[in-house]
Amino acid sequence: MLETPAGPPGGTPAPERAHVTIRGLSKRFNNVVIYDKFDFDIPRGTLISVFGPNGCGKSTLINMIAGLIPVDEGEILFDGKKLSEIKFGYVFQNYREALFPWLRAIDNIEYPLKVMQVPNVERRARSEKLIANLGVKIDLKRYPYEMSGGQQQLVSIMRALIVEPEILFLDEPFSALDYEMTLFMREQLQRVFQETGTTTVLVSHDLEEAVYLADRVLLLSRHPALVADYVRYDDARPRTDATLSEPEFIRVKAHCLDVFQREVRKG
Amino acid sequence: MKRFDPLLPIIGVVGLIVIWSFAVWGQVVDPVLLPSPTKTFWALWKGMNGGALGFDFLKTVQRTAISILIAAAIALPLGIVLGSSERLYRSVEFVIDFFRSTPASAMFPLFLVLFGVGDKTKISVAAFGAMLVILFNVAYGVMNARKTRLLAAKVMGASRLRVLTDVMLLESLPQTFIGLRNGVSLALVIIVVAEMFIGSTDGLGHRVFEAQQLFEMPDMYAAIFAAGALGYGFNLLFLLVERRFVHWSGK
Repeated sequence: MLETPAGPPGGTPAPERAHVTIRGLSKRFNNVVIYDKFDFDIPRGTLISVFGPNGCGKSTLINMIAGLIPVDEGEILFDGKKLSEIKFGYVFQNYREALFPWLRAIDNIEYPLKVMQVPNVERRARSEKLIANLGVKIDLKRYPYEMSGGQQQLVSIMRALIVEPEILFLDEPFSALDYEMTLFMREQLQRVFQETGTTTVLVSHDLEEAVYLADRVLLLSRHPALVADYVRYDDARPRTDATLSEPEFIRVKAHCLDVFQREVRKG
Repeated sequence: MKRFDPLLPIIGVVGLIVIWSFAVWGQVVDPVLLPSPTKTFWALWKGMNGGALGFDFLKTVQRTAISILIAAAIALPLGIVLGSSERLYRSVEFVIDFFRSTPASAMFPLFLVLFGVGDKTKISVAAFGAMLVILFNVAYGVMNARKTRLLAAKVMGASRLRVLTDVMLLESLPQTFIGLRNGVSLALVIIVVAEMFIGSTDGLGHRVFEAQQLFEMPDMYAAIFAAGALGYGFNLLFLLVERRFVHWSGK
């Protein structure tokens, strides 16, 4: 199988310290091999978008890294530590089912701290700090079902961030939102990333979004998933609507689309 | 016209009374079998204000309340335990479904043998029937807890016990209330039937039956209405409690 060198189309990558190391990862569902001895490094402090054909195992990858589904074989370490030894955040696609409707938004956000048995006063202090850092102005005293979809997903993201995670996973976080809200939420996520510099893994089914937000785009092949390409996109942040029409963005996106089409045709 | 919408439910009530009045006035039905609305409501008023009907009403309330309390006390914890393990529930599902499908009234003779003639039998048959209905709903409520929500709690580091108390229990509440409402309806049916027959001296069932035996038709209709109001009241009570404590239900 094809294994293109992990590098941008042009230019040599600066050496990056790996945050997450994935070694020999194997996973099968009902005898379909999704991953077979998959190796990959996620560099520290970068935002990686994962993109690939339908059913190639994009979500499966982050779900295995985040421990939501067990791996058949292989090892995933975070700076040499196990998942249980680190703090991480996970944002689900389905915010409606991921939030707790019996808790007010603010209590949803603070819930991970409650699990960690952080005292009430400190919980409030930390959520206030997070709200201020992100410049969130919505009323968090409301219940999730009283909020718009975008607001609910923002609450989900804040709930993932409250623990000050070392790594943040987002599984198609904006795909259930309308376009207007998606644009707004992209900016929110970009802001979060700029503020915190947290290593972020974003699964996206929207190529424009994947490139726009990413430092690196991980393009996967059809299963068994291999790295079809690993594309660097270095444009300065904050990126804006103008970014979408810049030559470099268009070039990277076109390249990703080529790789994607090539992989789709193989299937 | 929209502002009159809250009054819409009254139309049915007024319509029924109008039809009823015409039926009496036109002597469509034998006047002995169908007394006028005024006579009936007068009987209801008199009965409920210091009459025998009020006493019987309270007796039925008491029996139904006790049976539903017993049923809930058994079914809620048991349903949670069964629901939190799908394999455990599957292993007893047939037994639960079988007895849930068995008319509880068929159990009277058995319970009579066990508890003798008296309140114990009435209450225990009603509790038995209601218990299975609540149990089934609680277990399903727990089992059908949204997988994403359980995963969300899990990735936030919640222990199994915490997932149970913080997520599963609350997730099951809307379904639990459906069980409680169905359970209380069933309990009332069983209690009223039991009061009619097995050696009863009081209760709404007894009042309906006795009025019929004595051919006091206004009293009989009054007792039927009282039973209807009671069933409606129980349902409403649970709905209000649900709306207050399970504010997210259906949203």
